[in-house]
Amino acid sequence: MLLSIKNLHASINGKEILKGINLDVNQGEVHAIMGPNGTGKSTLASVIAGREVFDVTAGEIIYKGKNLLKLAVEERAREGIFLGFQYPVEIPGVSITNFMRTAVNELRKYKGLDALSGGVFLKLMEEKKKLVELTSNLANRSVNEGFSGGEKKKNEIFQMAMLEPTLAILDETDSGLDIDALRVVANGVNKLRTKENSFLVITHYQRLLDYIVPDFVHVLFEGRIVKSGSRELALELEEKGYDWIRKEQEG
Amino acid sequence: MESDPNKIIGEVTQSDYKYGFVTEIETEYAPKGLSEDTVRYISAKKNEPAFMLEFRLKAFRHWLTMKLPNWAHLEIPPIDFQDIYFYAAPKKKKQYESLDQVDPELLATFDKLGISLEEQKKLSGVAVDAVIDSVSVKTTFSETLSKYGIIFCSMSEAIQNHPDLLKQYLGSVVPYTDNYYASLNSAVFSDGSFCYIPKGVRSPVELSTYFRINAANTGQFERTLIVADEGAYVSYMEGCTAPQRDENQLHAAVVEIVAMKDAQVKYSTVQNWYPGDKNGKGGIYNFVTKRGICKGNNSKISWTQVETGSAVTWKYPSCILLGDNSVGEFYSVAVTNNFQQADTGTKMMHLGKNTKSTIISKGISAGKSNNSYRGLVRISKNATNSRNYSQCDSLLLGSSCGAHTWPYIQVENKSSIVEHEATTSKISEDQLFYCQQRGMNAESAIGLIVNGYAKEVLKQLPMEFAVEAQKLLSISLEGSVG
Repeated sequence: MLLSIKNLHASINGKEILKGINLDVNQGEVHAIMGPNGTGKSTLASVIAGREVFDVTAGEIIYKGKNLLKLAVEERAREGIFLGFQYPVEIPGVSITNFMRTAVNELRKYKGLDALSGGVFLKLMEEKKKLVELTSNLANRSVNEGFSGGEKKKNEIFQMAMLEPTLAILDETDSGLDIDALRVVANGVNKLRTKENSFLVITHYQRLLDYIVPDFVHVLFEGRIVKSGSRELALELEEKGYDWIRKEQEG
Repeated sequence: MESDPNKIIGEVTQSDYKYGFVTEIETEYAPKGLSEDTVRYISAKKNEPAFMLEFRLKAFRHWLTMKLPNWAHLEIPPIDFQDIYFYAAPKKKKQYESLDQVDPELLATFDKLGISLEEQKKLSGVAVDAVIDSVSVKTTFSETLSKYGIIFCSMSEAIQNHPDLLKQYLGSVVPYTDNYYASLNSAVFSDGSFCYIPKGVRSPVELSTYFRINAANTGQFERTLIVADEGAYVSYMEGCTAPQRDENQLHAAVVEIVAMKDAQVKYSTVQNWYPGDKNGKGGIYNFVTKRGICKGNNSKISWTQVETGSAVTWKYPSCILLGDNSVGEFYSVAVTNNFQQADTGTKMMHLGKNTKSTIISKGISAGKSNNSYRGLVRISKNATNSRNYSQCDSLLLGSSCGAHTWPYIQVENKSSIVEHEATTSKISEDQLFYCQQRGMNAESAIGLIVNGYAKEVLKQLPMEFAVEAQKLLSISLEGSVG
């Protein structure tokens, strides 16, 4: 088991958002997490990544056999957890090249490897850029500064490709993307899918799941996973809408 | 759990000042305090010609009539000028002929500071003038430079060997009446660097002065004069450090630059005087007057400064754009942390036609510090078709620091254009989280963000300095997380 979440409760400013999440993810699996707005999908992603604004009030997260909640944000990242942001942050004056070089070398240091030389690093960047169809001039620009929505999301997938995470959480990576950008992003993910690494794909729409085919689909509703199933569950949701879940829960 | 980025920033910006050591060198002092006798003592000690003593005495007498300026946004406890040594020098017999004669302790000091004079001489292609306390210790590369007709030596040597140039230019840009600290400097300055680039010569190496205050209770008053004759070019770098002491020390320097027709001078500073400890104890009071004049047509003076040190910084490197089509530039990063205070900026005085100036100022405040930009852009009636572009940005780390901007603009003709942009921002929790999620710790994340913010200025620095400045920016903010 790569990731095991048990009875996870989390709140922000005293307001409980996650109310007992249970989720197991094995190596090589792709899990989709769906659900209406405001049910805790992004909170779940943030809590796994270690964002400190959220208080974990109960439950546990075991990752690679370790108590994940005891690790700092950067330690989780170095252990192979990657969060693809819904709203990637701008960092003026810091080129993507410089940003990624810092990140890749911190990761290598953690693994006891030497820092990559400039030449080797640039070669690696070229290779990964192709994978996500990231244009060259983009890599020389400041991180996310003045990027279109599509460029920002491509940049997230590019970073994922560079860091080769064990568990990638994609938080609504499809939101705000046109169909071409969506295809590029999904292709990138599919190329990075292996038997070793796992994905947690958070989305509103089943559309993304036409491109990234999940092994499991979970429906998150009011802080709990209320339904789990195979790929077909996503199609059913598409057809019946989230009202179906709401009625089931209320009824 | 704690999500406050202020806390992280605080932790990152508390670190030790690594240049805070004191070297045991035999030192010779002038009697404590300031009087006409002190001025005469210094002049006699340096065996100066009469015109210099006269210059000093006029300055001293004028200084007595002046009042401490109080317009800056700085809180400075009263300075007792009678409790300061105005002259301190490593004891020595005469000017060193070669490095072998330099006190090994002194050489070790410079090695510790990362400027091995021996190495510099041989390898780096940078000519160095090293000034410790009041006296220039050694100027490297002089012989090589003299082949090009370039004069690069200590101010003391220049007074002895090039009195005519000194008479012509000393005080020509910053007169001894200019301001309180400039007058004080004119009266008691003990050394500094002098540089003359003859007509049509491009200096083949970067020239550099390294200033070090070592002795306790001592003021440092150095004076630099750079003259670039017609069509000449020079890039000049200045670095400075001081030991860690509990009491405050005074530093009041003057730098004058003269650029004749078609000449260009690029002046870069990395100022890293001891800033005081994290409770605001000790540190250097840094009152500096830096000014250049673009005397001839098509000349250019460019100031780049990275200010990370000093308890108090009061400094406005300025350009008088007298020649037509002349260009003035000011690029500045000023970092304040803990209880540091900085009031810094520039003056661009447009007098010639078609003159251009650019001001890029990046202030970074952390801890309980105060960081102010103060600038004047004045375009006179005759300076038709002139242009200025100013950009003043402030970055706040944490919520206990202050950033202030005082831009003054005076335009006296209708054909000129002045633009001013200003922003204030904070390192957000989002930015920190984003970097940390990519595996960086808070310290390297802040280093990265701050260096990105200051990039426009850092890229103006010569290579040798840029790397040092980048590291210094990160180090200066260490411990500001927390």
